[in-house]
Amino acid sequence: MKQETVKAQMIETTYREAAKEAIRDAIKRDERVFLMGEDVGRYGGCYAVSKGLLAEFGPEKIRDTPLSESGFTGAGIGAAMAGMRPIVEVMTVNFSLLALDQILNTAATVRHMSGNQFGVPVVIRMATGAGRQLAAQHSHSLEGWYAHIPGIKVLAPATLEDARGMLWTALEDPDPVLIFENVMLYNMSGTLAADAGPVDIDKAAVRRPGHDISLITYGGSLWKTLEAATSLAAEGIDAEVIDLRSLRPLDDATIMASVAKTRRAVIVDEGWRSGSLAAEIGMRIVEQAFWELDAPIGRVCSEEVPIPYPRHLENASIPQAPKIVAAAKAVLGRA
Amino acid sequence: MNDIDIRKIVKEELNNIAPEVDMDHIEPTADLREAMDIDSMDFLNFITAVTHRLSIDIPEVDYPKLVTLNGAVAYIGAKLRSSGR
Amino acid sequence: MAEFRMPSLGADMEAGTLVEWLVKPGDHVKRGDIVAVVETQKGAIEIETFETGRIEKFLVDLNSKVPVGTPLAEIWAEGEAEPVVAAAAPPVTPAARPLAAPAPLITPSPPVVPSAVGMRASPAARRLAKERHIDLSTVTGSGPAGAIIYADVERLGAAGAAPERKRAPGLDLNAMRVAIAAAMARSKREIPHYYLEHQVDVTACEQWLTAHNTTLPPDNRLLFGALTIKAVALATRRFPAFNGFYRDNKFEPAQAVHIGVAISIRGGGLAAPALHDADRISLDELMASMRDLVQRTRAGRIRGSEMSDPTITVSSLGERGVEALYGVIYPPQVAIVGFGKVVERPWVIDGAIGPRSVVTMTLAADHRVSDGHAGALFLAEIGKLLQEPDKL
Repeated sequence: MKQETVKAQMIETTYREAAKEAIRDAIKRDERVFLMGEDVGRYGGCYAVSKGLLAEFGPEKIRDTPLSESGFTGAGIGAAMAGMRPIVEVMTVNFSLLALDQILNTAATVRHMSGNQFGVPVVIRMATGAGRQLAAQHSHSLEGWYAHIPGIKVLAPATLEDARGMLWTALEDPDPVLIFENVMLYNMSGTLAADAGPVDIDKAAVRRPGHDISLITYGGSLWKTLEAATSLAAEGIDAEVIDLRSLRPLDDATIMASVAKTRRAVIVDEGWRSGSLAAEIGMRIVEQAFWELDAPIGRVCSEEVPIPYPRHLENASIPQAPKIVAAAKAVLGRA
Repeated sequence: MNDIDIRKIVKEELNNIAPEVDMDHIEPTADLREAMDIDSMDFLNFITAVTHRLSIDIPEVDYPKLVTLNGAVAYIGAKLRSSGR
Repeated sequence: MAEFRMPSLGADMEAGTLVEWLVKPGDHVKRGDIVAVVETQKGAIEIETFETGRIEKFLVDLNSKVPVGTPLAEIWAEGEAEPVVAAAAPPVTPAARPLAAPAPLITPSPPVVPSAVGMRASPAARRLAKERHIDLSTVTGSGPAGAIIYADVERLGAAGAAPERKRAPGLDLNAMRVAIAAAMARSKREIPHYYLEHQVDVTACEQWLTAHNTTLPPDNRLLFGALTIKAVALATRRFPAFNGFYRDNKFEPAQAVHIGVAISIRGGGLAAPALHDADRISLDELMASMRDLVQRTRAGRIRGSEMSDPTITVSSLGERGVEALYGVIYPPQVAIVGFGKVVERPWVIDGAIGPRSVVTMTLAADHRVSDGHAGALFLAEIGKLLQEPDKL
């Protein structure tokens, strides 16, 4: 697969374009697929992911909805139960709380409540994360909450390949899949194979192999963590960076294999520390790999405050490369 | 008894003295005292063991002839042949 | 009834592991018999009993690590009556003990490592140490705040892991290294060493050995090392200040002369067990003892008394390269005599220069006990004794 990628023609693109290409591809592949959400049509999506798609596919496939997350998420769930393959876009994870009842009480439970008569093959995309000075009601990282819910899958594409490839695999899934796109990634540019396509959604990926410590992260924090790993390398610390990709289910095997090798772990998670996904991963490491450990597990999470508006405070409130470096060195006793 | 048998016996007896040494990695022309890290006591024990096992006499004056694998095999071979074995 | 207890085989020994019984319940033993093998940092050591009688029962399971002083077995004197109740009791099941049977004063301790409690060691390090039977208290930690981490244990294991499979089970080179480190560090910390060096013509020894050995089968041949040990042993008779122990701020001269023979172990290890009464036994006996001692040391089977008995140490780097070695005294001893390799040197004899076999002897001695002048005389005495090997 990697070889094919090398051979294939590479194109310059962005995360935003990769996400758009994924939607375009899905609509073309399967007539049951359509996109619905606030401002996805005429406005082109609040992060411009769907810009141009209305003109290309028309209002049947690209549907603007009223400002009612509960309403249109519920409509998407109903369409999915009725045989469609809707992609529901929610502007930000903060707004998704208005649809939480639909996601938790309906989407995640219908297969169970109906005695397996109905499934909900809906995909719900939403933006997450801080860094755009959108203040305390638009900037949080609540994907960890969703990862708490049995009955759904939670994905966090961090690379162009995953932004391009996860959507189709998610649509193929017979149950609800939530895709969290970090707002800081949309402008990220890079190269992608012109024929890039679907990717698996159940395996974590080792983005940088290393021997001294495992840095476990996902989404927007991946790039800060890789930057931290480069800094650590300059100090002679060989960090392995794991991109979780799927937050539910978690790929325990990849995490434990890495920790068994490095014997140390720091989890980087833009969610708040208390009750975070980082806490869950840390506990799993203790449960499954305690006898492999050489040091207490560390984590870098967001400060336990509403995400501030001022840039310097916003930056200070979430994980950044220097904090990750410091946490890694503390675990290694090199602080 | 041919040289192959003798070499096998020599290696066995040396291995009894230095069990951690892999005899197949000892150069046949290397000085055993250095290659195997054995001292005069070890060497005497080796000579004693060979003497008993093959019923030959190895006077002290001949010790220098036995400090390599090849040397030991040649010396012991000659001793055995001279006694008609 | 007497108790056979875990002995202290050195001041730094806190606990030992019972690895083998060489007797069984019902066996009759007498004072001095070897009854068990105990594994310590210094290797597996055969333990003698101080009691005479019948082994009544074992009190500690094999492979239990127990503190020094823990009763390992009950030894009943000959004719000591078994309690009537016990005799009348039905066959004893492991769970039930006859009420009247004498209970051990101390119940056998569970196999815990007291020194490991409160030690900072990572889970990974603990697991590896357990797998490789490495006592964590012997490991130096390189982790945060000195915590022992996986790599620390792995490093230790790697040093002897591969060859260890072929090694005698009693030989733990890692533990031995730790024991050497402790003894040598203590020596250099506490003992004010002084060093003397003396070259002596040993041509007479060589000639005598050649003549002596020519007529003998290898079993009975002598080595130069036997002569040096005998010479040192005899010299201590005239210079008792080099033979004994420095304890509690005073020197205790030893009555007997037990020479600690420094024996190197391939792969990196050293022990200096006692060659008992080296001044009194014949050269042939001494040579036989030395062969036995070297063989058992390298096989990891040294007796307890052999470890603690030496009253002075003799070290020889023999044929290997160097001409002089400056020893570190093994506490609580007060002297160590070193012999370098025998070399051919131009030497003046009766006004003419001729080739002679020469060895450099050294003495490292405890300045709290003796002074350089006495040391010089001691070395000279050894040299003089080596001039007349036939009288050794």
